[in-house]
Amino acid sequence: MKFSPVAKKILRAFTLLAFAVPAAMPVRAAADDSLGADNARHLLNRTGFAATETDIAAYAKLNRAEAADRLLTSARSVATQSPPAWVNEPPPSPVRLRDMTQEQRQAEQRKNVERAFELREWWFREMLTTPSPLTEKMTLFWHNHFATSQQKVRFTPLMYQQHVMLRRNALGNFGTLLREVARDPAMLIYLDGANSRKEQPNENFGREVMELFTLGEGHYTEKDIKEVARAFTGWSVDRDTGQFMFRRGIHDYGNKTVLGKTGHFDGDQVIDILLKQPETAQFLTRKLWKEFISPLAGNAADDAQLTRLADGFRDSGYNISKLMRAILTSDAFYAPDNRAALIKSPVEFVVGTMKQFDIDTPNLRPFVIASALLGQNIFAPPNVKGWPGGEAWINSATLLGRKQLIDRLFRNEDRMEVAMRNMDEMALRNGDQPPPGREARQRRQMERQMGGIRWNLDKWADKFAGDGRNPAALRDMTRVVLAVAPQNPPTASEKPADWARQLVYDPVYQLK
Amino acid sequence: MNRRQFLGTMGWAAGAPLAGSLHGVSWAAPAASATPYNNLLILIELKGANDGLNTVIPYANPAYASLRPRLSIARDQVLPLSEREGLHPSLQPLMSLWDKKELAVVQGLGYEKPNLSHFRSIEIWETASQSEEYLDAGWLARTFALAPAPRTFAADGVVVGSSDMGPLSGPGVRTIALADTAQFLRNAKLAQANSDQRNAALRHILAVEAEIIHAASKLNTNFAFKTEFLPNPFGNQVRTAAQLVASNAGIATIRLTLGGFDTHANQLGTHANLLKGLAEGVAALKSALNELNRWDSTLVMTYAEFGRRPKENQSGGTDHGTANVHFVAGGRVNGGLYGEPPQLTRLDGNGNLPFAVDFRSMYATVIDKWWSGDSTRVLGSRFPTLDILKA
Repeated sequence: MKFSPVAKKILRAFTLLAFAVPAAMPVRAAADDSLGADNARHLLNRTGFAATETDIAAYAKLNRAEAADRLLTSARSVATQSPPAWVNEPPPSPVRLRDMTQEQRQAEQRKNVERAFELREWWFREMLTTPSPLTEKMTLFWHNHFATSQQKVRFTPLMYQQHVMLRRNALGNFGTLLREVARDPAMLIYLDGANSRKEQPNENFGREVMELFTLGEGHYTEKDIKEVARAFTGWSVDRDTGQFMFRRGIHDYGNKTVLGKTGHFDGDQVIDILLKQPETAQFLTRKLWKEFISPLAGNAADDAQLTRLADGFRDSGYNISKLMRAILTSDAFYAPDNRAALIKSPVEFVVGTMKQFDIDTPNLRPFVIASALLGQNIFAPPNVKGWPGGEAWINSATLLGRKQLIDRLFRNEDRMEVAMRNMDEMALRNGDQPPPGREARQRRQMERQMGGIRWNLDKWADKFAGDGRNPAALRDMTRVVLAVAPQNPPTASEKPADWARQLVYDPVYQLK
Repeated sequence: MNRRQFLGTMGWAAGAPLAGSLHGVSWAAPAASATPYNNLLILIELKGANDGLNTVIPYANPAYASLRPRLSIARDQVLPLSEREGLHPSLQPLMSLWDKKELAVVQGLGYEKPNLSHFRSIEIWETASQSEEYLDAGWLARTFALAPAPRTFAADGVVVGSSDMGPLSGPGVRTIALADTAQFLRNAKLAQANSDQRNAALRHILAVEAEIIHAASKLNTNFAFKTEFLPNPFGNQVRTAAQLVASNAGIATIRLTLGGFDTHANQLGTHANLLKGLAEGVAALKSALNELNRWDSTLVMTYAEFGRRPKENQSGGTDHGTANVHFVAGGRVNGGLYGEPPQLTRLDGNGNLPFAVDFRSMYATVIDKWWSGDSTRVLGSRFPTLDILKA
C-alpha cells in the first residue's frame, strides 16, 4: 500500500496547494467577490458544526455580506425538535418536598438527573439536525456566558425553560436577554437570588451580573456589589409554579448608589446603568470575538477593529444580530492567520464528528457522556464563569480522551460499543461525576440502549472518490475535514477511508 | 470483584505495562538520587472555598456561637485541639495524625485587600499574586520554570481529577492531567510526537502530546495497595495519587481537587460530608504512602480561594469570606497550631475576618524548606517561612 516517496511528495504538494492558493488570492476580487469553497467552509464551521459539501458549495457562490445575511435571516429562535414531555411540569410543592422520605427524595433527585440527560440528548439532536446551526452556537455561547448548572438548580424543567429563553434571545437584543436572565428562575436559584432579602441581600448575583455578565472584573467596587444586591432583593421564584415572582415584602426600596449613580433603584434600573457603561459592549464583543474569530493575541489592528465593533454594538442598542453580521463580514474573520486558530470545544468536536461523517444513532447518550468527559457537560458548567475554553480545553487528559474517541470510532467502526464502554469507564473514574450508584445505573441503561449505532466510513469516503489514489478527490476530502493543511500529511491507499482516518488523527482536526 | 474493577484490570492487562519492574520492587529506590524534588508535595484544593470557621472551630469564643445561631457546631461535638479550638467532628480521621504530631493547622491565612470572587481569588492563590496584580503563570509553574525537576522525572506535576491546571498552569512546566493512571497509559499510545509548530493553538496541542509521551514512558500501575480507598470520586483521586507515587517515576507535585465547598445555602449536612471525605482521603493517603515508605518525604497541603463569612446568612449557609485555615500533613511535619485564631470581634466592613499570615508564607515554606529553593525569585519578594517542618 505504500506510495513511492516521489508520489508522496506530489500528493503533499497537492494538499499544500489546496490551502495556499485561496490565501494568496485577494479575498474580494473586483470581478467576483464570492467566497469560494475554503471561505465558505470557514464561515460554516465557525458558525455551525462540520459543514457538508453541499452547504459549502451553496455558500461558496455568495459574497461575505450575502453569506452572513443568509445565516442570520434564516436563524431560528425556536428548536425544531419537540422537547421531552416533562419540560413544563410544575415543581413539587414545598409541602410535598417537606414530607418526603429519604427514599422519595433520592428518587426525585434521580429523576432530575435522568431528565438532565434527556435534555442534553434533546439539544444534541437539535444541533445535529437543525437547519440553523448558528442558533445552536449562539445558544451555547449564552449558556456559557450566563452559566447555570442543573447540579445546583436540581429541578430540571427550569433548565429547559432557561434554555428556551436563551435560544429565543440568542440573536436578539442583549438588554432584553439580560433582563430575562435576571428574572430566570434557574438563574435565581443558581446564584441564590431567590432567597435574597433586604435584611440580608445575597451578593452572588450582584457580583456576577457585573463581573461576568456585563462589565468584567475591575470595573466596579465591593460596595457596588452590595448595592446591586440590594436592588435585586425580592426577585424570587414562586415555589408553587416555579415561575418568577417579585416579593414586595423582602425588596429593599431604599436609596442605592451604583457606579456613582444614586436612586431608589430596582433590578431593571441597575441593568439600565450597566448597559450604559462602555465596558459592557467591549466585554461582550471581546468574548464573541474569541468565540468566532481568534484568541485575540493582542495586536493593535485587532484591538482597533474590536473597539469599532463594540461601539457599533452599543450604538445599535445591543442588537446581537447586527454585531454578528459585523463580525462575520469582518476582515479579521476571514484573515488567513485566523484559520484553525481556535480549538474545538468538546461539543463541537463530538457533534462535529458525528455530523461530518454521518454517524447516526437513535441514542445520543453515549455522545453526551463523551462530551462531558472531554470537559463540557452541557447544563452543568463547572461554575458560574462557565467553561474557560480555548487552550484550556486541551490538556493531557482531554486530548487523550479525544484521541481515544476518534480511535474507537475510526479504527474499526463496528467496535462502537466497545468505545462507548471505555468512555463510560472513564466516566466512572472522573472526579467530577456523580456518586457511583447512580453512575452504575446510567452505565447499565446506556449499555442496554447502545444498539443501533450505524455508520459506514467507507460509504462516506467513497462520496469523494471510489479510488483512494485520486489526488484531487483526496484533496477535496482534506479541505472539507480540516481547517488548514494537516500537520502530518496523509498517505494514500486504495481505500479513501484510510485517508479520512489519517485526517481525524491529525492535530489539526482539533482546530476550527 | 465488581464489573468496574474487572474492566480496570482488563485495561491494565491490555495497556502493556510500560515499566518492566517486578511488582513491589520499583518503589525501593528513588528515580533520581540527589534532587530535592524527591520531596513530594500533594496539594488538595478545597474548591468553592471551605468554611474554615466550621473546620477548625474556635469553640471557646462566645462570638462564634452568636455569629452562627444555626450553623455553629456544639461545643461537646468538637474534637479539641487546644483549649480554644477544635476540629469539626467529621474530621475524626485526622485526629490520629494530630496525636502523632503530623498535622499542622495554619490559621488566619489570607492577603491584603481580599477579593471575594471565586475566580479572581483562586487565581490570586494559585498565581501567588498581590490582590491587584495579574500574573499569568501559577506559583508551582514558576517554581519549576526556574528550577525544573530532572528530565528523568515523568513530569514536574500531575493534576488528578481536574482539567484545570491551577498552580501548575503556565509555560516552562511539564504538567500532566489525568483521571486515572491505567486509562492514561492506554490512551497515551494514541499521542504522536511532532515538534512542528504553526499557530498558537496548534503549538499548544503539540506540546501536550509531547508531555504525554514522556510521562507515559515512566508510569505504571503495578503496585497492589493494602490500603482501602473509598469508592467515591475523591477516594479515586487519592488512589490515583498513590499509584502515581508507587510508579516511582519522578513526580515533584500532585494536585487533587475536592469540590462542592461553595455552601451558600443549607450548609450543615453538605459541609459535614465534604469534611468527612477530606479526612478519610487524607488518612488513606497517609496509609498508602506509608506502604511505599514515602510518608516521610511527602507534604500534604490544603488550599482554597478564601474562607467564608463568619456570620451565617439567611439561607442556612455562608457567603464569601476572607481569612481561612489550612492543613499541612506529613511524616516530617512539626504538628501543632500555627498562625492566629480567627479574630471574630475584629471583622471588617463586609463582616469578614482580618488575616494574620500571608498565604505566600506557605509557598515560601515549600520552596525554601521542602525543596531547598529560592522563594524570593518565585514569589517576587520575601515571605517569612513557617516553622512547620521538623529540622
